[in-house]
Order: sequence, then structure tokens, then C-alpha cells
Amino acid sequence: MGYANSLYLTSAEIGLSITGLVLLLVTAWTGRGAARIITIAAAAALFGALVFTAFMMDDTMRGLAGYAFGDLFRVDAFSSLSKILIYIATIACLVLTPHYFDRRGEYRGEYPVLMLFSAVGMGMMVSATNLMTLYIGLEMSSLASYVLASFARSDSRSSEAGLKYFVLGGLASGIILYGISLVYGFSGTTSYDGIRLAFDTQFNTGAVFGVVFVLAGVAFKVAAVPFHMWTPDVYEGAPTPVTTFFASAPKVAAVAMLVRLAFEPFGGQSGSWQQIVIFAALASIVVGALGAIGQQNLKRLLAYSSINNVGFILIGLAAATPQGASAVLVYLAIYVFMTLGSFAALLILRDPEGDKLTSFADIAGLATRSPALAWCLLALMFSLAGIPPLFGFWGKFVVFQAAVQADMLALAAIGIAASVIGAFYYIKFVKVMFFDEPGEVRSFSAPVGHWAVLALSVLVVSPLGYLLTPWLGRMADAAGLTLFAIP
Amino acid sequence: MIQTIAFYLFAVLVIASAVMVITARNPVHSVLWLILAFFNAAGLMVLVGAEFIAMLLVIVYVGAVAVLFLFVVMMLDIDVAALRAGFVRNFPLGLVIALVLLAELVLGIGAYRAGEIALGTPVAGAAQPVVASNTAAIGALLYSEYLFLFEAAGIILLVAMIGAIVLTHRPPKTQRGHQNISKQNQRRPEDATVMRQPTVGEGVEL
Repeated sequence: MGYANSLYLTSAEIGLSITGLVLLLVTAWTGRGAARIITIAAAAALFGALVFTAFMMDDTMRGLAGYAFGDLFRVDAFSSLSKILIYIATIACLVLTPHYFDRRGEYRGEYPVLMLFSAVGMGMMVSATNLMTLYIGLEMSSLASYVLASFARSDSRSSEAGLKYFVLGGLASGIILYGISLVYGFSGTTSYDGIRLAFDTQFNTGAVFGVVFVLAGVAFKVAAVPFHMWTPDVYEGAPTPVTTFFASAPKVAAVAMLVRLAFEPFGGQSGSWQQIVIFAALASIVVGALGAIGQQNLKRLLAYSSINNVGFILIGLAAATPQGASAVLVYLAIYVFMTLGSFAALLILRDPEGDKLTSFADIAGLATRSPALAWCLLALMFSLAGIPPLFGFWGKFVVFQAAVQADMLALAAIGIAASVIGAFYYIKFVKVMFFDEPGEVRSFSAPVGHWAVLALSVLVVSPLGYLLTPWLGRMADAAGLTLFAIP
Repeated sequence: MIQTIAFYLFAVLVIASAVMVITARNPVHSVLWLILAFFNAAGLMVLVGAEFIAMLLVIVYVGAVAVLFLFVVMMLDIDVAALRAGFVRNFPLGLVIALVLLAELVLGIGAYRAGEIALGTPVAGAAQPVVASNTAAIGALLYSEYLFLFEAAGIILLVAMIGAIVLTHRPPKTQRGHQNISKQNQRRPEDATVMRQPTVGEGVEL
């Protein structure tokens, strides 16, 4: 092994960190003028990391996975697939950002730098095989997120969102840390393999408390009910490109981290956490569906939609089988594209004066004003609702299939019933766009990048997305199996 | 024996002062209780033979973090006169706390001289006790086995610093409360004031 191999396995993280440091220096000396160039450089670095990770994915599928730095960091099919999704989402968010801040002249080179460090932290989260790596990665990505949430300083709601996210996120980190200290106390180690071994020999009440605390803290980070209260407020207040980021990349990272945590160190004790996950899954689906019904603000609505989607993802986790883990990854991949597409569409919705349009009244009759945008949103909403010809259906299908295979018929049945409630507001979205009287006629102007992200997302969620299923399924299956390969 | 007494003293005081941190109505008092809690936690660390961590607690938490908190708390809108008035009344309490701290110091040093406290046996496969001095042991681990995490923690601090600067630094032009002294000096009374001779029973038109 040795250092060379460790450095090779972590080169995506190291490369991104060094790029971040260099760009930070560049932005310190060039000021605001170079912010766009720095954004492009950051996106290029992320693309480099994406290509590297894709090659790594190829390696890991052939069994060339490995630990780096002792047992701190693991590169396997699971971490590589999650990182690919994270990097794609982060690049898309960087593409969507500069135009938003331009009008107020608030865009600065620190924004892409913080995104890069956040990506490094997320990479550490999904690769962590030691509770210390997990915590450091989580803090790195969260701290950057708090700053990004309040990046629009002249907007009081952005500051409010940042403060709220910071206080509640800090509380969640404290809960996780407390859980980690209990787990460490009862197992004597922070390494995932060691914890698994220790818990297999002895698993007492104190250890259960530790596991529950850790899972509760992580549930806060993925915004699962009953730890979801912050989501609508933060998503509404934060600048829309930042909301796009929160709903995509960190969610993938937190879910992937949760899955690895549940299956690797706590995998031998699935009985003790399964009920919690089942409860969180069902509660998220129901609260996400019911809470969204009364919303007038589209960002709040999408926040509830993300809570709802986390519920479906947790159903895959509750199954506690390799198929479940694979289903979680497939769902995450589809969810990332649906989220990116919906928010890209929201970002295109602004009048020539630059005011953001974010309520239902603003999209009334969109089909007559901007048919292309309306049809794209229609595809995305139907996909989020899980209506069959679209790719969103496949995600829900694999998740429920995993639950049924794990003999959790009741869970799957309740989930399917609740997804029908959720379909209501997605369809309401479409109804307002296509059948309501248009308000004042507005023209939309958006840069090519926004349309590119939207078009790509729509292409993925369209029935053409099914062409991806063999490829995606193979990778997800390999990734799911790695979590259950006990060393 | 002396270690057991010291342990219970430190443990009880940590918990008691932690309770006071959240129940004290005056934020300044809360911070002072927090300092006491940190001190006692440091004492506990000394008892288990982790003198390096004990010193870190005192230097970093008591020396830097708590003093920083104190500054922040003092910037909050607190009635300073009311605080001063309470000084004489609070003096006996302060004296008692100071005496307790002194007693703890003596006891802590005594307990440290008397050797480590006997810890209970860990549940399973616990980390091996380190033989070398624990400052050297932490350093050796930090720069070899945990180098990756150490560097990553450094980046976390950098991110926090970038965040603080991004959120508070404004370019000079838009700075609020910016004072232009020459402009102030150039201003004459004639520019800003007008003399009026209002007649009785009539107002002044501004």
C-alpha cells in the first residue's frame, strides 16, 4: 500500500483542494472582474475530478477498490458512483449561478471556491470508512453551505436562511458528534470495520443510543421527517442557485453517507435501526406530500417535494438488502436530474427586469407564453410524480421492488398510496401552466447554460432515459454489493 | 483515594456549572460558568493522564474561545450599570468560585502526582493505552496515520475564514459609517442653518 497508493486514491479530493486554494489566491488579487473565469476554472476542475472518478469507477467495477490512509477512506464502486453524481450536480449548479447574481453585482470569486471545498467535503463523506473522516467531511461541506446560503448579503431572507441553516446544522452536527462519542465509547474504535466487529460481539443499550443519535443527526442533514423543519425556510430564503445546490449534491452525499453508515458499521444490527428508517421514510413521504399542497411559493413547493423524495429513497434503505442499496443509488441519480431540471426552469423564469418569479401566479398560462419551458416543466413534474412513461417512474419502481423483495409489502403499499397524494401538487403545477389564464405577458431571457442544463435534465427524465437503465443498473448493483462485502 | 475525591469534585462541578450556563439569566455569568466548566473538564483530563488535552482545554477553550464569547456577549445590549451595581452583591459568589478553583488546582496537582486514576475496562477491542508521553503520541499519530484528516481539518478552518470574510467584508465605497473628515470640516454653519424672525402668533415655514 503506502502513501503513493493513498494519494492516488484520494487524488480527486486533493486535486480539487489544490485548485480551490489556487483559485482563492487568484480571486484575492483579481477582485470581482475575474469571478466568471474562476467559475469556469472551478467547473473545469470538477469535470477533471468527474473524469478521474469515472475511470476509478471502471477500476472498482473490476475489483480494484481500496482503502487509503489506513482505514480512513475507501474508494469503491459505491463511493465512485456517488461522487460522479455529486460532481455532475455541482458543475450544473456552477453553470446556473453567475447570471443570477449579476444584476445585483454580488457575484464574487469566493463562490466557486466554496463550492469546490464543499465538493471535497462531500467526496470525503461518501468515501468515509471512519467516523472521524465522516465528521470532517460533513463539516467541510456544511460550513461551505452555510456561507453559500447567506451569500446574497443585501437580501435579508438570504441572511435569515443562512443563520437558520447554521444554527440548526450546528445542532445536528452536535447530535452526530454525541452519537459518535457513544459509539466510540461502546466499541472502542471509530473505524467502520472495527465497529461492526465490536457490535457483533456486544451490542447494548448504550450502543443503541449512539446509533440512534448518529442516525438522527444524519436524518437532519438529509431533511427526513421529523427533522425537516428547516428545509422549506432555508430553500425559500437562500438564493435560487444555492437552493439548487442544496437540493442536489449535498443531498446525494448525505444519503450516500447514511447508506454506508447503516450497512457497514451498523449493518450487523439492522434490526435496531430499521424501524426508525421505516418511520422516517413513511413520515417523509406523507409530510412531503401534504405539506406541499398549500404552498404558493414554488421554491417551498420544491422543498417539500425533496422531503417527499427523501422518503422514497429511505424505503430503499429500510429494505436493508443489496437490492435496496442499489435502488437508493438509482433513485438518487434520477432525482438529481429531476431537481436540477426543475430549478433550472425556475431560474429561467425571470422577467427582463431581473425579478425572480417564484409563485404560482407567475407561471399561470406559461404554455402560451413560453411553450418550450412549459413542456419541459411538464415532463419534469410528471417524472417527479412518477407517471410511467417518464424516467421518474423507474426510480420509484426499483425502490418499491426492493421493499417487496425484502418482504415489506405494507411499507411499499403505504408508499405507493402516499405517492398518489404527492401527484396532486405536481399535476396542479401542470394545470396552472396549461389551463389557467395567463397573467401579464412577459418575455424570458436566460443564458444558454440554463437551457442546456434544463434540456439535459429533460432528456434524462424523458422515456429516452430508459436507455440508461442497463448501464445505471449495473453500476448501482455493483455499488450496492460492495457495501455488503464483509472483509 | 485522592484521585477518587478529585474525580467526584471535578465531575460534580462540571455538571453543576454546565447547568448554570444554561440557567443563568445574565449572559456574562453564563460565559463565566462556561469557563468554570472548561476548567473542570481539564481537571478530569489531567486525572486520566491526558495532560496535553487538559492544557489544550485551558489554553484554547478558556483562553481563546471563552474570552471571545465574553467579547461578543459584551457587545450585546446589556445594561452595564445594572451589572456594576451587582458587583458587590456578587462578590462573595465570585470569591467562593475563586477559592474552589484554587482548591481544585491544589487537588488536581496532588492527584496528578499520585498517578493516573484506574479506569474501568473498556467494553471491547479498545485502543491500546499509549506508553510514550501523550503529547508525543498525539503528534506522531496526527502527522502520520491521521495526516489526511489533519489537512482536511485545516481546510475546514480555511473555509470558516473565507466565510467570515465573504459575509462581513464590504468594498470601501459601500462601507457604512464611513467618515469623510475633510468634508465635515468644510461644512459651514451657513450651509445647514437658517435664521428666521417669526412674528407672534404665526408659525415658521420650513
